[in-house]
Amino acid sequence: MSAQFFLQQCLIGLTNGALIALVALGYTMVYGIIGLINFAHGDLIMLGACLALSIVGALGLAAVDPAVTWVAIAGLVLVCGLACGSLNVAVDRIVYKPLRNAPKLAPLVSAIGVSFIFMNIGLFWLGSADRSFPELLPSDNVLPDDWGLQFTQKDRLVVLIVVPLMVALSILVRWTKLGKAMRAVSQDPTAAALVGVDVDRVIAATFFIGGFLGGAASVVYSLYINTIGFQMGFQNGLYAFTAAVLGGIGSIPGAVLGGVVIGLVRALASAYVGERWTGAIVFAILIVILVFRPEGLLGRRVREKV
Amino acid sequence: MFVVTACRPADPDLVKIVSSLPRTGSAKHQSDTLVRGIRMAIEEAEGRVGPFRVEYLDLDDSTAAAGQWTSEAEAANARRALQDPDVCAYIGTFNSGAAKVSMPILNLGDLLMVSPANTAVGLTKPGMGTPGEPEVYRPTGRRNYARVVPADDLQGPMAADWAVRRGVKKVYILDDNEVYGKGIADLFDERCRELGVEVLGHDSIDAKAQEFKSLMASVKATKPDLVYFGGTTQSKGGQLAKDMTAAGVGAILMVPDGCMEQVFIDSAGAANLEGRCFVTFGGLPPAKLTGKGGEFVQRYREKHGELPEAYAVYGYEAARVALHAIATAGSKDRRAITDAALGIRDFDGALGHWGFDENGDTTMRTLTVNIVRNGKFEFEEVLHEADLVAEPAASAGATPAP
Repeated sequence: MSAQFFLQQCLIGLTNGALIALVALGYTMVYGIIGLINFAHGDLIMLGACLALSIVGALGLAAVDPAVTWVAIAGLVLVCGLACGSLNVAVDRIVYKPLRNAPKLAPLVSAIGVSFIFMNIGLFWLGSADRSFPELLPSDNVLPDDWGLQFTQKDRLVVLIVVPLMVALSILVRWTKLGKAMRAVSQDPTAAALVGVDVDRVIAATFFIGGFLGGAASVVYSLYINTIGFQMGFQNGLYAFTAAVLGGIGSIPGAVLGGVVIGLVRALASAYVGERWTGAIVFAILIVILVFRPEGLLGRRVREKV
Repeated sequence: MFVVTACRPADPDLVKIVSSLPRTGSAKHQSDTLVRGIRMAIEEAEGRVGPFRVEYLDLDDSTAAAGQWTSEAEAANARRALQDPDVCAYIGTFNSGAAKVSMPILNLGDLLMVSPANTAVGLTKPGMGTPGEPEVYRPTGRRNYARVVPADDLQGPMAADWAVRRGVKKVYILDDNEVYGKGIADLFDERCRELGVEVLGHDSIDAKAQEFKSLMASVKATKPDLVYFGGTTQSKGGQLAKDMTAAGVGAILMVPDGCMEQVFIDSAGAANLEGRCFVTFGGLPPAKLTGKGGEFVQRYREKHGELPEAYAVYGYEAARVALHAIATAGSKDRRAITDAALGIRDFDGALGHWGFDENGDTTMRTLTVNIVRNGKFEFEEVLHEADLVAEPAASAGATPAP
């Protein structure tokens, strides 16, 4: 039983970690390109979840045929992704862009401001109590019974959405022209502009992709956790931001690795130490890693420019 | 809500009754019914008590940002009530944690505080809470607090007794690490051990966490017959039930009265609770009330077009206690009013005949177990205190010395 129990906890940790990683990508991409920690990202996801809830309610998706459910979920991911992506671009245009050459603290504080604005929109939208998200997918096990492991349709959904998105992102960043431009801007925006990269367009694209992933994450979150509330952005953001820092902020594989590590640590800490210690253990590990590897697990050391 | 306090002299013909309840956030639904109960008691008295006109102030001890009660809001309400010379009774609080904040403040002015919902034992009962309780809430050394709802010293243990009668052998206990939730879970835990029920584990959760899938996998691995959660809807009772189903835990779920509200069922998803979730509650559910209580339910239904939530009648009863005390005292002397209330020994109320004991606790000792069926709470059975004192069934090691 013991090995099985360990595997079960790892499975839960990996699933949770995948979700954290998806959110962490939004942080790390924006940081990588303009050096801004976008504190509003968690709340953007909360708004995505509000939208998903409203759509599900308006279209009565909770009661559709199981065969249509997957189409409905794909539609939700697309709509919420586009909405969150566009909102993220709009915020960049209105709030961060005018501050592009201001001291670093100015956009950072503005990001906190945006976070509060989003949170209050969510408060109007959802009300102050937590809301239950309809269970579009049942909690039945998809693994054979004699394995003794529980991996439900909801868990499978997380993997089915998160993994393709991550693969698509890697391909985009590594193999496309836009990806090349993004990497160039991330290394040195001035030099990139000199060789003809449209820096503003690349930044907008980055915000859009980060927001799209956030919108997708909001749908996955809603269907997986089934409870949303106007304050969910904070907890979500905290763990995802930690994952991004742990993996090396600015690094895309780092964010994924960081998310998975945090998911696993949380699950194993809950199982072997105690539920109430999970938060403390996650952040203790973060501190230890940052003491010995300040650049994070996969980050590169950035030399201060003088 | 705007009220000018401080520099205005007392109005000799007016008494104010204040309530301090969480009016925003997920407890709003429950506090709505409590407030309706209070209003109905005042309306029934035609807004008068003795020579006085009665004015009612409905204060909020929660904030939208927090989504639940906060110490700051509760303390502000208590100070405001204390400073207004017309305020003669303070009905509240809903959360036991909030009572800890306002009790010592109101005590300074001997202002009567009647709670319709606090159940943590330490608030009144010496030696049952943490050391120093309940004296810490009485800086003047005098008492001013009473509650019309039975405390958890009954609810926790009686839930354990009920579980044993149902054939439960192994339990897993969770709590939310708050005054009320942890308190009742500890009492349940203790009684289970006395009765020889195996306690497989007792964990506190972080009520801010978003999901409990790992925890539920651990719970599942221990194969309990029953999972007990000491907590409220606001401290993630619904999410626990959800994750319990998702993890495939087959046990029944038992929760205390803090979850006895429709929002709990909504937040958990009715399907996750159906036929497997049991809720203990101090007193009878609305549909089972008779006599004055039955009349109240009838009137409530006529007025609001729905059955009251379980706590409404406690709001009604608390307001009636306040009115009765003011009438008995016949003046606006806060000490006299408080003494009149604490001196109630036989009250012909909506909850039957009951009185306050020397701690300010109700002598009503009836509890019920309710089950979730068809997305609603359904009355299951009445628990009597007599069952509790009866034989601790299989208490191992209690063999008498030869």
